[in-house]
Amino acid sequence: MLEIRNLHASVEEKEILKGISLKVNAGEVHAIMGPNGSGKSTLANVLAGRPEYRVTVGEAKFEGKDLLAMLPEVRAREGVFLAFQYPVELPGVNNTTFLRTALNEARKYKNQPEISAGAFLSMLKKKMQVVEMPDTLLSRAVNEGFSGGEKKRNEILQMAVLEPKLAILDETDSGLDIDALRIVANGVNKLRAKDNAIIVVTHYQRLLNYIVPDFVHVLYNGRIVKSGDKELALELEDKGYDWVKDETVTAQ
Amino acid sequence: MSNSELTVEKLANEQYKYGFVTEIETDKLPKGLNEDVIRLISEKKNEPAWMTEWRLKAYKHWLTMKEPHWSNVKYNPIDYQDIIYYSAPKKKPTLNSLDDADPELVKAFEKLGIPIEEQKRLAGVAVDAVFDSVSVATTFKEKLSELGIIFCSMSEALQKYPELVRKYLGSVVPYTDNFYASLNSAVFSDGSFAFVPKGVRCPMELSTYFRINASETGQFERTLIVAEEGAYVSYLEGCTAPIRDTNQLHAAVVELVALDNAEIKYSTVQNWYPGDKDGKGGIYNFVTKRGACRGINSKISWTQVETGSAITWKYPSCILQGDNSVGEFYSVAMTNNMQQADTGTKMIHIGKNTRSTIISKGISAGRSNNSYRGQVRITKKADNARNYSQCDSLLIGDKCGAHTFPYLETNNPTAQVEHEATTSKIGTDQIFYLNQRGISTEDAVRLIVNGYCKEVFKQLPMEFAVEATRLLSMSLEGSVG
Ligand SMILES: Nc1ncnc2c1ncn2[C@@H]1O[C@H](COP(=O)(O)OP(=O)(O)OP(=O)(O)O)[C@@H](O)[C@H]1O
Ligand SMILES: [Mg+2]
Repeated sequence: MLEIRNLHASVEEKEILKGISLKVNAGEVHAIMGPNGSGKSTLANVLAGRPEYRVTVGEAKFEGKDLLAMLPEVRAREGVFLAFQYPVELPGVNNTTFLRTALNEARKYKNQPEISAGAFLSMLKKKMQVVEMPDTLLSRAVNEGFSGGEKKRNEILQMAVLEPKLAILDETDSGLDIDALRIVANGVNKLRAKDNAIIVVTHYQRLLNYIVPDFVHVLYNGRIVKSGDKELALELEDKGYDWVKDETVTAQ
Repeated sequence: MSNSELTVEKLANEQYKYGFVTEIETDKLPKGLNEDVIRLISEKKNEPAWMTEWRLKAYKHWLTMKEPHWSNVKYNPIDYQDIIYYSAPKKKPTLNSLDDADPELVKAFEKLGIPIEEQKRLAGVAVDAVFDSVSVATTFKEKLSELGIIFCSMSEALQKYPELVRKYLGSVVPYTDNFYASLNSAVFSDGSFAFVPKGVRCPMELSTYFRINASETGQFERTLIVAEEGAYVSYLEGCTAPIRDTNQLHAAVVELVALDNAEIKYSTVQNWYPGDKDGKGGIYNFVTKRGACRGINSKISWTQVETGSAITWKYPSCILQGDNSVGEFYSVAMTNNMQQADTGTKMIHIGKNTRSTIISKGISAGRSNNSYRGQVRITKKADNARNYSQCDSLLIGDKCGAHTFPYLETNNPTAQVEHEATTSKIGTDQIFYLNQRGISTEDAVRLIVNGYCKEVFKQLPMEFAVEATRLLSMSLEGSVG
């Protein structure tokens, strides 16, 4: 589904990603861990097409197509979804209108008719139950004045509505209380299917108890320095990042 | 350059697509202004003698005045002797069908969602007699007259109801008021007159669309709306139809009078020609709009959505004379390219327990300049007066400007006045967030701008709100990257 080869990316002339290669197949869940500032969000944003990040070398293919050549909105319509580490507030933009517009853009792209207001609302109701989100948040402006946890839940609601092929969750677990964590994880697990893939960026093994990954990668200083299965996350939890850092130094 | 910056560039380079010029025969006076010209205007319109006198007094006063330059707009001096002050539109050419009308015009009508029959009327298509007898306008007129509501052009009113006009004309905006109002008083061509008698609630929106033969906008319009005790009226100043005018200077005067327990809602959606991208050829819109809440518990609300004109100088105001009277001002002013807008409001609290609300939303794009100027004055006797003002500015791109000039004068210690102001930019992070959900940059800008204006749009009558939304979208159009 996603194939990244030797990806280098810079922001303001500073190289952040220094050669990332990663293959994600349909049906898989990958976890990306790594210390603060190692480039996890940068990778997520580069895949989503954030204009501030410049890809200097390398390629990324999504279902065989050149992902990096697409506009951000086209990537989204193709089925790439990024749950933001810091969801953006859109004052005045109604949450329901926003969700429906987003869904209809994807449908138009696939030559499907726009969804009617009625059908949309009943679908939305069901999705709301999945993330246990109160109705009141729907009539408000997107993320405006939402608590940290509400913003994260709203991201998962958007994901549930848009049903992406590839979902990239950037620290969706941070700032969530225990109950919310389980709810969000549930929402993510509902999306898990043999046709979909998920990349979870997280600092905590805790989330991976709920969303059990097939692979775990450690990103350090712009490179994937270690990959393994779910046991790697437990090991990291136990030993911290220093030993992986040491290993890289030795390897070089 | 990022996506959103590109949009901004495109917005800034956007051209006015909706202008059109109608070649019609006119009955014109030579250029220039003097007493003879004014007498001639009055005579051509067959006005009563008092009207002629009033015009002359206004003219003499105007001669003693200087053009104001305190606003935050710049333009070359206007030569007032180089203007034609009377040009009566002769009968408009009658078209056989909409197919004969300017296709651009028809396209614009469609975009605005104006119903077909209404489009025909606006474009000057002959409407067949059968249809006309059941037309909206006719049934509309009948209904109004049954209720005793008068709604006609100012010229007609001066013929049919001269005493009523005389009683109220200039009672809110005297001919001495300001430079442009004096000029208007001397030379006004036409306008609307609406009178809603005591206890009558006008059952439909009064719109200039329905004013027969009034689709031509004059250079010096004069509008007077009176709501007697307990009356209610909502008036729509429709200018959503594209207007390109050879007259650069427009100096209109609008007066509203609300007696005890009366309410007037006045809504404007204005889309005049803003000039080319360098600002050439656009309309100068210098308007005096004022409402007098004369009676107790009376209420006047101004709602305006302004996207046109090269220069706008406009401050719809309320004089809150009656105890417990309420004044409201809701405004969206969008400027693009080289447009300049200096708009705002004045709320003068005179009666006790008077309340006013000001919600102003400025949007600047391109190299435009958008200023809000608002005055709240609480006079000595206005016990327990309250005002709430919120003035927001939204910047699109970084070549435009937004300015806020609030003036507050409180002469009564019981007054409660609140003022909030914000300035925001459409952030690249907001655009990217929307992009990431599959929404193009152009639609993203549109969503954000509409969201920003929502508070004002919801004050507009339903169909008008839809038009306003579309109009704003039209002004934001052309940015598919
Ligand atoms: N727009 C930017 N301008 C300048 N530097 C940036 C920008 N975006 C990211 N960086 C830098 O790139 C590096 C990687 O940042 P990134 O956000 O990808 O880290 P991260 O692994 O997601 O960290 P965290 O775990 O704290 O979220 C950091 O040093 C950061 O300061
Ligand atoms: Mg991060």
